[in-house]
Amino acid sequence: MSYQIPKFRHPQLPVNDLGYTKADYEGSISTLCAGCGHDSIAGSIVKACHELSIEPHKIAKLSGIGCSSKSPTYFLGKSHGFNSVHGRMPSVVTGAAMANRNLTYLGVSGDGDTASIGMGQFAHVARRNLNMVYIVMNNGCYGLTKGQDSATADEGSVSKKGDANIYSAIDLCATALQMGATFVARGFSGDKEQLVPLIKAAVSHRGFALIDVVSPCVTFNNNPGSTKSYEFVRDHAEATGTVDFVPMRKEITTDYMPGFSHEVTMHDGSSIHLYKMDENLDPFDRTSALISMEKHRASGDILTGLIYMDKDSRDLHDVMETSRRPLNTLAEEDLCPGNQMLKNINASLR
Amino acid sequence: MKPTDIKDPEYFHKVVDCQHACPAHTPVPEYIRLIAAERYTDAYMINWQSNVFPGILGRTCDRPCEPACRRGRLDADEEPVAICRLKRVAADKKDDISERLPSIPKKKNGKRIALVGAGPASLTVARDLAPLGYIIDIYDNQFAGGGMMRSQIPSFRLPIDVLDEEVNYILDMGINATFDIEVDSLREVLDKGYDAVFIGTGAPRGKGLNLPGLEDAAGHVHLGIDWLSSVAFEHTEKIEPRVLVLGGGNTAMDCCRTSKRLGGDDVRVVVRSPFEDMKASPWEKEDAMHEGIPIYNNHVPKELVVEDGKLKGMHFEKVEAQYDESGKRSLVPTDEPLVFMEADTVLMAIGQENSFPWIERDLGIEFDKWDMPVVNDQTFQSTNQKIFFGGDAAFGPENVITAVAHGHQAAVSIDLYCRGESVADRPAPGVTLASQKMGVHEWSYDNSVEIDKRYVVPLAPLKETLADRKIEVELGFDATTGYKEAERCLNCDIQTVFEEVRCIECDACVDICPTDCISFIANQEEEHLRVALTAPASNLAQDLYVSEELPTKRVMVKDENVCLHCGLCAERCPTSAWDMQKFLYNVSKAGQL
Repeated sequence: MSYQIPKFRHPQLPVNDLGYTKADYEGSISTLCAGCGHDSIAGSIVKACHELSIEPHKIAKLSGIGCSSKSPTYFLGKSHGFNSVHGRMPSVVTGAAMANRNLTYLGVSGDGDTASIGMGQFAHVARRNLNMVYIVMNNGCYGLTKGQDSATADEGSVSKKGDANIYSAIDLCATALQMGATFVARGFSGDKEQLVPLIKAAVSHRGFALIDVVSPCVTFNNNPGSTKSYEFVRDHAEATGTVDFVPMRKEITTDYMPGFSHEVTMHDGSSIHLYKMDENLDPFDRTSALISMEKHRASGDILTGLIYMDKDSRDLHDVMETSRRPLNTLAEEDLCPGNQMLKNINASLR
Repeated sequence: MKPTDIKDPEYFHKVVDCQHACPAHTPVPEYIRLIAAERYTDAYMINWQSNVFPGILGRTCDRPCEPACRRGRLDADEEPVAICRLKRVAADKKDDISERLPSIPKKKNGKRIALVGAGPASLTVARDLAPLGYIIDIYDNQFAGGGMMRSQIPSFRLPIDVLDEEVNYILDMGINATFDIEVDSLREVLDKGYDAVFIGTGAPRGKGLNLPGLEDAAGHVHLGIDWLSSVAFEHTEKIEPRVLVLGGGNTAMDCCRTSKRLGGDDVRVVVRSPFEDMKASPWEKEDAMHEGIPIYNNHVPKELVVEDGKLKGMHFEKVEAQYDESGKRSLVPTDEPLVFMEADTVLMAIGQENSFPWIERDLGIEFDKWDMPVVNDQTFQSTNQKIFFGGDAAFGPENVITAVAHGHQAAVSIDLYCRGESVADRPAPGVTLASQKMGVHEWSYDNSVEIDKRYVVPLAPLKETLADRKIEVELGFDATTGYKEAERCLNCDIQTVFEEVRCIECDACVDICPTDCISFIANQEEEHLRVALTAPASNLAQDLYVSEELPTKRVMVKDENVCLHCGLCAERCPTSAWDMQKFLYNVSKAGQL
C-alpha cells in the first residue's frame, strides 16, 4: 500500500496566474476506499481552486465528521483547515467568516453530517446567507459505519445489504432553497466537466452556495437497486444546462445559441455563462427552481447543474454591516477609538 | 484512435524505454530489481543471456538505454538511472556462475560453422550455437579472443581479467579457436566444407587525413586504432611529451587518455565540430577533461609543420558551425589567422572503415557501391546463403552491444539455415505478462518512487591512474550505492494494464495519477487527443494507450510518456480494471521453436 504520492509531476503542467501548478493545491494521499466519489470531488476542488488562481493560504476548508469530512486532508494541503464536531461545521465557519471575511470558506460535509446530525445547523447557515461554499458529498449512506441508509437515501433505494429504504428522503437542494440559500446546484462526482465550473461559480458567488454532489459509495452503495450508484446516476441525471465559468480577465470565446444562454456577472467581476437545456427552468427564479426540482423528483430523474442563483444576493456581512477588515488586523485605536468618540456616540443617541 | 492492441508484444516493449533502446533488448528493469534484492548472480545471468558480456559492457557500453530512460524525462534536472554501472555491480558481486552456464552436448549435431574474427559478434554466435551441438571453429589474427574489446579499449577502462573471464566463458564451450592467424582468403575457408560461415571481422581500417607534410612527419603520425592496439599488445610503451589527438569520437578519447599515461605531458584533443556535436559519449569527454586534457573544438586540421625533418606541430583553421533550415551543418571558416599548436606526435582518430580485401568477389557475395557486402538487416545473411555477417563488418562501425545483437540474430539464422528452414521465418520473442498483485494494495515489486539524484561512480585517485595505464579508473558502485541507484529505477516493465469491462468510470485513477497520464475523454484523432488530455501529450515518440469505448461513450487514454509505474491507478481502482503486470520480453534465440 502506498502512503505517499510520488513527488514527480507532469513536466508540462499548466501554471495559473500565480505561477502555481495544480500540484500546489493537492493534499495528502487519500485513505478513502478505492473508487470513492469523494476523491473525484477533491480532484474537482483542486482543479477549480487552481484555475481560479486563489492563493492557497487565502482558503479555509472546514468540515464535520464522516468520510466526506476527512477528505479535506486530501486537497488544498497548503490552506487553512478545521476538522470540527459532527454536524457543527456551519457554526465554526460562521465564526471564522465573521472574524475574517477575506478568506474563501469551503465547507465540506456529507449526507449524515448535514442531513442528520447537522440538519439544524445546515438550515440556519443557509438562512443567514453566510458567504461560503457548502459542498455535500452525498452518497446516501453512512459509509464510515458500514453503510446504513442515511437521510438522503431515496425511498425504495436498495443498499448493499439488500433492503429497500422505507423512509422518505431529504432533498438538500430543495431544503436549501426553502431556507433561503442564494446559490443551489447539484453535481455528480463522476462528471468533472460539470462540477468544476459549478465550484468556480459557487466560489465567486457572494452568499451561501450549496453544491449537493452525488458521490457514490463504492463499498456500500454502488449496487444494483441503489439510486446513488455510478450507473444509476449516469442513467438518470438530467442537467439543467451547462455552466461555463469565465474568469474576470479572460475573453469569452464560446458561442452560445441565442435565447438559451444567460450571462451573469459575479461580484468579483468574473461571469458565468449558463446554457440552458431545460426550457421550463428559470434558474434566477426560486419558484421555477422548486417546481423543476419537484417535477424531476416525481419522474425519478436527478436534476443536476445550477438550479438556482440569486444575482442580487446580500450576504451576512452585508446584512450585519460587519467590519470590512479582518478582526485580527484591527488595532487598539480601531477597537477603542477614545473618549471623544464615545461622547459623540452617546450624544447621537440623546 | 483505434484501441491499442496490447497483445502485440511490441506495444509494451516500447514502454520499457531502456530495453527497447538496447540493441540486444536486455530486460533492464528485471535485472535492476534483482540487484536491489542483492541477487547479483541472477542479475548477471539475465544480462549474460541477453548481452553476453555484462562485465565488459558494464564498463564500456555506449549505453543507448540511458538517454532513453524515462527518469530523464521527468524533470529538467533529473538524470537517467545509471543502468550501465548497475550492470557492472551485478558482474562485480556475482558468485561463481560455472554451474549456470549452458551444458555443451558431447554428441555434436554434425554441422560445422566457421567464425572469422573473434570479436563480440562472433563470440555471441559461438555462445548461441555451441549449446545446440554445432561444431565451431573461430579464426582470429590476434593472440586471444575479444576483437576490438581487446585491442581498442584501454585497460584503464576495461581490465584484462574482466575481458578474459567473459571471453573464456565462451571459448570454454568446446570452441576450436585458432589465434594469430590472418585469414586472407574466404575461398580457402569455404573449401574446408563448413556448413555456414559467419564474418565478424569488424571495421579494422583506421581513416587518415592526407595533410600537407604527412610524408615528412610520417614517423610521428599514427592512426588512432592502430596505435591503441600496439599499446594494448605492448608494442608501444611510450609517447613523446606533446601529443595532438585529431578527432572527436570515443577512439580519440581513448587515444588522449592513453597518451597521458604513456608520457604525454601536453595532450590535446582537436576536433573540427562544435563540442556538442562530437561523436564521443558525454561521459567519455568528461573523463578526458577530468584528466586535464583540453578539447579544442571548431579547429580544422590544415597541415603538419615539419622543420629540418622534424615534426614541430600543426596548423588549424578556425571555423564555426552553421545550420541550414533542414538542420544540416556546415563548418564555415571564421577567417581568423591559422592556429598553430606544437606537437611531437599526432594521433589521427577520425573514424574507421570496413575492408574486405580477403573476400574474393566471385563467391556469390554481392558488394554495394561503397564496397560493403549486401547483408539483410534482419537475418544477417549475405547474398551467398551460406555466409552471414555481423558486428561492424555488416553495416560499418557501431559498438559492442550492437555487435552482440547482430550475433544473436545471425545465430538464429545460421541455425535455421542449417536445419533447412527459411531464415525469414523468425521465431517470435518470448513474452510473458503476469499480474504483480499480492493483496488489496500490495504489489510484488517496490512501487514507491525514490527521489534520489543519480549517484556518481567513485574514481581511483587521478595521480595513481595516470601513472599506470592498467589501473582501472572507475571503482564501481559498492553494494549500498548500487542498491540506492537500483531503487531509482521506475520499473517501467511493470505495465499498467486496463480492462474496459471492469471499469465503472469513477475517475479514481485520473485523480490519483501523480503525473496526469490518464484521461477519460471522447475519442478523436491522435493529433487532437494529444492536446485534449488532462496534461498535454507532446512527446510524439511515446504512444497513447487507448481503450475500447466505455459505457459513457468515452475512451480511456493513457499517455505513456511520464508514467511512473507507481501502481497508484491500480491501487485506487475499486474494480481492478487497472492491474500492474510484469512484462518480460526476451528476444528470440537460436534453437528456440
